[in-house]
Amino acid sequence: MDEFIVGLIAATLRVATPLIFATLGELFCERAGVLNLGIEGTMFLGAFVGFTAASMTGSLWIGLLAAAISGILSGLLMSLLSVRLGVNQHVSGLGITLLLISLSLFSYRIIFGESKIPPSINSFDLLKIFSDNPVLGPIFSQYLLTYIAIAIIPVVWYILFRTTFGLNIRAVGENPEATDAAGINVYKLRTSALMIGGALMAIGGSFITLAQLGSFTFGIIAGRGWVCISLVIFGNWHPIKVLLGALLFGGVSALQLRLQLKGLKLPYEIFLALPYIVTIIALTIAGRNASYPAALLKPYKRE
Amino acid sequence: MLAVEMKGISKHFGLVQANQDVHFCLESGEIHALLGENGAGKTTLMRILYGLYRADEGEIFINGNKMEIHSPKDAIAAGVGMVTQHFTLVPTLTVAENIVLGYTNSLTLSQKLIEQKVQAASERFGVSVNSSALVKHLSLGERQRVEILKALYRNAKILIMDEPTAVLVPQEVDILFESLLRLVKNGLSVIFISHKLNEVMTVCDRVTVLRDGKTVGTVNKNETSREKLAKMMVGRETFLDTQRSSRKTGESVYEVKDLTASGQQVVKALDNISFTINANEILGIAGVSGNGQSELTKVLTGILKPTHGSIKLEGQEISRLSPGDLTEAGLGRTPEDRHEGTIGDLTVAENLALEDLNNYTKNNILDQKKIHEDALKKIDEFQIKASPNDRLRTLSGGNMQKVVFARALSRRPKVVIASQPTRGLDVGATEYVRKRLLEERDRGAAVILISEDLDEIMALSDRIAVLYEGCIKGIVPTSEATAEKIGLLMAGVC
Ligand SMILES: Nc1ncnc2c1ncn2[C@@H]1O[C@H](COP(=O)(O)OP(=O)(O)OP(=O)(O)O)[C@@H](O)[C@H]1O
Ligand SMILES: [Mg+2]
Repeated sequence: MDEFIVGLIAATLRVATPLIFATLGELFCERAGVLNLGIEGTMFLGAFVGFTAASMTGSLWIGLLAAAISGILSGLLMSLLSVRLGVNQHVSGLGITLLLISLSLFSYRIIFGESKIPPSINSFDLLKIFSDNPVLGPIFSQYLLTYIAIAIIPVVWYILFRTTFGLNIRAVGENPEATDAAGINVYKLRTSALMIGGALMAIGGSFITLAQLGSFTFGIIAGRGWVCISLVIFGNWHPIKVLLGALLFGGVSALQLRLQLKGLKLPYEIFLALPYIVTIIALTIAGRNASYPAALLKPYKRE
Repeated sequence: MLAVEMKGISKHFGLVQANQDVHFCLESGEIHALLGENGAGKTTLMRILYGLYRADEGEIFINGNKMEIHSPKDAIAAGVGMVTQHFTLVPTLTVAENIVLGYTNSLTLSQKLIEQKVQAASERFGVSVNSSALVKHLSLGERQRVEILKALYRNAKILIMDEPTAVLVPQEVDILFESLLRLVKNGLSVIFISHKLNEVMTVCDRVTVLRDGKTVGTVNKNETSREKLAKMMVGRETFLDTQRSSRKTGESVYEVKDLTASGQQVVKALDNISFTINANEILGIAGVSGNGQSELTKVLTGILKPTHGSIKLEGQEISRLSPGDLTEAGLGRTPEDRHEGTIGDLTVAENLALEDLNNYTKNNILDQKKIHEDALKKIDEFQIKASPNDRLRTLSGGNMQKVVFARALSRRPKVVIASQPTRGLDVGATEYVRKRLLEERDRGAAVILISEDLDEIMALSDRIAVLYEGCIKGIVPTSEATAEKIGLLMAGVC
């Protein structure tokens, strides 16, 4: 196969990894009836906490764990505001994003100061399967987290559609009154969905610092969280279809980088915009049949 | 022994005192009716027992033990089950998933297994459901059956049923009563809310009546009558049976020919339906729920486009018109589900203006003053107990239906389509709605009454058409109709 295509496929998987994690996280929240706009901030926090914990302890795995915990806390905060107190979900989500980004930046300055050369860590190694094969070798030269991201999709599908917990989540996102009347605690259920969702989002963010870059920059998430929000719609709240969306966006992103390197005589902004343009087109086509969870955005209160 | 004892229960919502010092006792093994007008506080009292509301004051004893019921979970654990008045089902899930929701121990979920379990329960309790169907594809009657089975499935020893028969047809009611009586023999105690006094007199042992949130009293069935109960509820004499004056009907106004339409589940929900209605006439459309009534209502009101056939209003083809144009053309409608035909978060005045916004717009801006003034007029004319600025969803069922009627009828439509107009309404409100439909007829309108309540159809209609599996099974003048004859047509026998 063409070297260009092989490289493109490999890069697509890499770019798609954080999107898969975070989109599945958002999917959990939305299936439970909560639009979590804290996603951008939670990914940012995950990237920062993962990096900091790893550079302090020297262990990437502790970094990953710390990122997940920070995501759970962010989910708890979202739950406190939007589930317990019934604050408008747009407001609480955006508020959390603003808060977490500033908090991360502030802590980064305090911990690492302002050095000329940004601090870095030894990031995760690539895991090479089929390393002798000229085609499969480069494609299957990925970080462990990328394999995990793909493996986790059927797991999420299984949880949602083949477990009691998943049934409860789907029910509460459609009709919290019915779920309550069935004897299920709506608050606890939504809180747990937000905690799982937060962990996945933060892991997605930490992939960028712990695997891809090995360092932390201020523009590290750069709107990926918002992309994930649209990927959930694109995937029609279904985990398997979410993968397609993530691969599409990842593919176009990887393509535009490669096209830039080819030295086409076009302003580079056009290339940068390409993935977002494709997202908008894909959403326009797919979003028309979107079946939103009926209780999305609606806080639940008994009386 | 007392299965339930509620002592001195009070509950308010804002300024409304929904329950005030209510006392209620349920003996074990009895079927106990809870009666009262719309807004009397029946649902509130039962939601307190089921843990959906907390009482401001009062105590609850179950089987003699004082209970703190904080949530439905506590109530279920204490053996209380509830079939709520407005469906609490998840439309996107299957029947089986809805029934086991919150009531499985296993971590994983096997569709096959839960469907088997639910089907078995369905046979055991004599409540038939299709366990693999999606709830959103079910008719209202079928959904109600799922609700009933859901409570029974949880091994409830005390079963609250908030107007369970409002959406069932006579045959289904009989089946329900049979299984209730059987279950009661096996130790179930039932609280039964209904506005239908016949049912109460048939199946219940004792009756408690609420009025304006207070207990009026509890009586034994043997020591009371329908008339006495109605008087206890309303506080005045009522006429339980509407008087229909027969009159000559006018010319043909509305003509439906070979109408065919597809539904969500079946391809031919309506199959070649034809009928005509004259001025000064009520055509009743009877039928067991789920035989095409919803689709017929939707097609006639312009929400669903027919795949074939024509509808003519005074010779004009209208089957392709939008709902708004239909209103312009002289069609008044009351939808099957009044919650769907209104917007709960808007005020009464806004809801009243909703179908006629052109009339209330000046320079592209809504004329709030006119909306308000007209609302006051309609509220007065239709005796709605509300002020123009009340949010619609705070109204009782009866008053909500009056708003729907006021909106539809104040334009003096040539054709009135009333679908299930008295479902869930109390004696007084039902009396009002039926009188109003007869007045429309006498005014010269052609009225289509789609109802699953056979008594209502027989009492109001001039002719009766029976809908069975999307076909019209015969149109009979009411003078020649008997309950048996119509019942057989409804069952598709002849
Ligand atoms: N959640 C609520 N918020 C505000 N007011 C409420 C609420 N629930 C009930 N009410 C009010 O309390 C009163 C009693 O209502 P309730 O639903 O208990 O009546 P009901 O006897 O069940 O009537 P119906 O026969 O129409 O079902 C009504 O005036 C109603 O408007
Ligand atoms: Mg009620």
